[in-house]
Amino acid sequence: MNTLIFRTLAPLITATMIVFSIFVMLRGHNEPGGGFIGGLIAASAIAIYGIAAGPVAVRAAMRIDPLAIAGFGVLLSALSGMISLVYGVPYLTGIWTYLPLGEPEIALSTPLVFDIGVYFVVFGTFSAIGLALEDNGEEG
Amino acid sequence: MEVSPDIAVALVAIAPILAAVLAPMVQRLFGSWSGWVLAVVPAVLFVYLWGFVDQVAAGGTIAVSLPWAPVYGFDFSFFIDGLSLTFALTISGIGAFILIYSGAYLKGHPHQGRFLAFLLLFMGAMLGLVLADSVIVLYTFWELTTVASFLLIGFDHSRQLARRAAIQALVVTGLGGLALLAGVVLLQRLTGSWELSGMLASGPEVIAHAAYVPVLVLVLLAAFTKSAQVPFHFWLPNAMEAPTPVSAFLHSATMVQGGVYLLARLSPVLGGTDPWMLSLVGFGSVTLLWGSVAALRQTDLKQMLAQTTIASLGLLILLIGIGTKLALIAAILYFLGHALYKAALFLVAGIIDHEAGTRDITALGGLRDHLTITFLISVLAAASMIGLPPLVSYLAKEEMYLALLDNGWQSLVVLAIMVIGNALLTVVALAVVIKPFMGQFVPVPKDPHEAPLAMLAGPLLFGGLGVLLGLLTGWLSGTVLAPTVSAIAGTPTADPHLALVVDPLTPVFWLSIATWGLGLLLFLRLDTIRTLLRRAQLAIGWTFDIGFDWLMFGLIRLAAGFTRLWHHGRLELYLVVLFAMLAVAMIVPLWTMDGLPDVPGIVDLTFYEWAVMALGVAGVLTLVIARTRLFAILALGVQGLAVALVFLLFGAPDLSFTQLMVEILSVVILALVMTRLRLDRQDPRELEDLLRDGGLAVVCGLGFTALLFAVLQGSFDPRLSDFFNAQSVPVAHGRNVVNVILVDFRGIDTLGEISVVMTAGIATLALIRSARRLLAPTPKTAPPQKSPRRRRTGAAKA
Repeated sequence: MNTLIFRTLAPLITATMIVFSIFVMLRGHNEPGGGFIGGLIAASAIAIYGIAAGPVAVRAAMRIDPLAIAGFGVLLSALSGMISLVYGVPYLTGIWTYLPLGEPEIALSTPLVFDIGVYFVVFGTFSAIGLALEDNGEEG
Repeated sequence: MEVSPDIAVALVAIAPILAAVLAPMVQRLFGSWSGWVLAVVPAVLFVYLWGFVDQVAAGGTIAVSLPWAPVYGFDFSFFIDGLSLTFALTISGIGAFILIYSGAYLKGHPHQGRFLAFLLLFMGAMLGLVLADSVIVLYTFWELTTVASFLLIGFDHSRQLARRAAIQALVVTGLGGLALLAGVVLLQRLTGSWELSGMLASGPEVIAHAAYVPVLVLVLLAAFTKSAQVPFHFWLPNAMEAPTPVSAFLHSATMVQGGVYLLARLSPVLGGTDPWMLSLVGFGSVTLLWGSVAALRQTDLKQMLAQTTIASLGLLILLIGIGTKLALIAAILYFLGHALYKAALFLVAGIIDHEAGTRDITALGGLRDHLTITFLISVLAAASMIGLPPLVSYLAKEEMYLALLDNGWQSLVVLAIMVIGNALLTVVALAVVIKPFMGQFVPVPKDPHEAPLAMLAGPLLFGGLGVLLGLLTGWLSGTVLAPTVSAIAGTPTADPHLALVVDPLTPVFWLSIATWGLGLLLFLRLDTIRTLLRRAQLAIGWTFDIGFDWLMFGLIRLAAGFTRLWHHGRLELYLVVLFAMLAVAMIVPLWTMDGLPDVPGIVDLTFYEWAVMALGVAGVLTLVIARTRLFAILALGVQGLAVALVFLLFGAPDLSFTQLMVEILSVVILALVMTRLRLDRQDPRELEDLLRDGGLAVVCGLGFTALLFAVLQGSFDPRLSDFFNAQSVPVAHGRNVVNVILVDFRGIDTLGEISVVMTAGIATLALIRSARRLLAPTPKTAPPQKSPRRRRTGAAKA
């Protein structure tokens, strides 16, 4: 598996997949997709890069410990629900606002923030597991 | 500010517990004076409760109720009648002096604050127990006394004996607590009331009910464990591991008296029947003799006193069991007299221990010149224990003999038991006062000095009160006995007009003389008796205490055996059990309830649908015949891909998308796990294992298929999907219903799920790391660090 071709292409594949995963996550509210699937795609991207370059290189590239990303995701999702409390409605009630940027309005909402949290949790957790398994006796 | 009576009465139980929270702080501020400061709390409670005496003596009761959980009909309710007032006054009165004593007794102890806090907690729990009206409140405080006594007995937790004693008390009385809970819930079903006052008013229907005997057994189990009746008595002598003030409090007014209180309280509801009488009188008699004989065997002052407490508790239970007016009067008088002299004697034992450095009566003697006031106190207390006139215990003894005269031969048997029991208690009383104080001074480890005022005040007062109550019979019988007997008997009882008379013409007087005579005679032979008893004990070689250990170790062994049976550590067997259970759970309900579903006929499929089906089947077949594991994993992925395509073709793109990603990741992760764990490349299972696992897999698959058929053939309830389809865009502004459900409609579920995902991730990492640590030390599987990658990159460059 560890061929020159694969190792050359892997960063490109990974980068494309990450971008694609973000796209899938963002369009999730109206089209097939969402944070969970996006997170899985991103984690697969990390796994591919890990197979090609080794977990140490992946960790260096990620800079942040994947489990910390997962923790941040849970926190983000939990906090996104708090915004509704400012408006005096129950926890996790969706709050919507629209940015009028010309023809396609940009919809910003707390469910979107929540979904981003889900993305981080899935991405972080599965990357962490994958990296830990790829570590072959080294620091994990 | 006017405090409403409701809150004030509830505060009687809560105040000591609140004070317990502050106790460590008070101790830091006031040092050895903290005992005096904290004693203010029970003293105030005593004075407050004293204010109800006239009202209660006039036949009134005070009931208060704060709503607690109205849905279940639970109220935080308390009521005060003669019985609870007598107990509450005793608890708070003795408690105040116990606190003062503890301030001096544990002077300079690093955890004195904690100790005082535990004592206050104990006191509050006991006050709540005797004042509670709601049986749920009663049960709560009952358990709180168990917890508080656990903390107190195990206070000196660095000693193994103290820890064992604490756990033993917790196990035994905790068992009784559970029985009490079941008992009171049953009582509620029978009487329809959660309040004791309501149960008391319910009349004789409980006794007539078929569930009477179970209720009685449960209540007796609770009372007998708490009040240390044979065969549950063994925890009480061991509880001597607690510091002496605890013993004094625990034996006189609290804890063990909880069982006596419970039986007295429920006597109108459950009492008066043959089973009640037989069990109370039977267990009480045995306990009386057991405790008083066991006391003779001891030489440790505290142990002797502890055994006599068992005897006295037996006597009290016996008297409540007899249940006549005279017997109840005797019981109350005995309770008061016993509480006073037992507290005094324990505190004296503490003083002797503190001043002389030992509590062994064979190593003590002639202390009267060194501890003059202590000697005086112990004479007063011992006189009370012997039951000499004019002390209140004399009255108690006269009344209990009177209660049993002229009632047929059964009464005479009980009477004989009482005389023997009292005579044996007399022996102990004489031993406790004569051995340490009289005769030649025996050198002791410490130079004995009279104890400080804080340690003398309580016992002196208790000793004096024993005399005073005996002299104030007119007041006592009208103000205390009449309302208390009324409460226990359940019917208003007039003032018995008790008078202190010593009349040599009555048989009762001669019974007293006989008791004392027998006691004196036995005392003179005490050393011989002790030797004989000890020899007998050695010959038997078994005690209830040892029995308790057997029981506990047996339990532990049983639990260990059970754990070994189910947690053998063999992953294969775990999986076999899991999948077998899954198959049973799927097939059995289908089979028994609706019968197996019909197998649907072949439906028309397009060619590409057939292609997807073929792909899935090919994946499964490849998986089964695959030679190496890696190949099998890949084949599994192919089959999963086919399922993802099925989802896509039949209108579930989200599901399909997710399925695809999960399949990819699981193939990657499974492959990694395989290489990480250095599994064999091929399946090493024997043929019979293969057949077993294969059969199980087929059964599970068939079960799942049957389940799916059953689901598809059932009628589809569209309410939820209609709701989500209708509301998705207008309410949640999203056209992807699945996503809208996940992040909006059921956001809180998703929040829980992602937390689980993260937690599972952390657990997986921990597992991987611990497995690595286990694998690392073996040289075969631990190559030099970094070498694998260097080799890999080197190979790639080449």
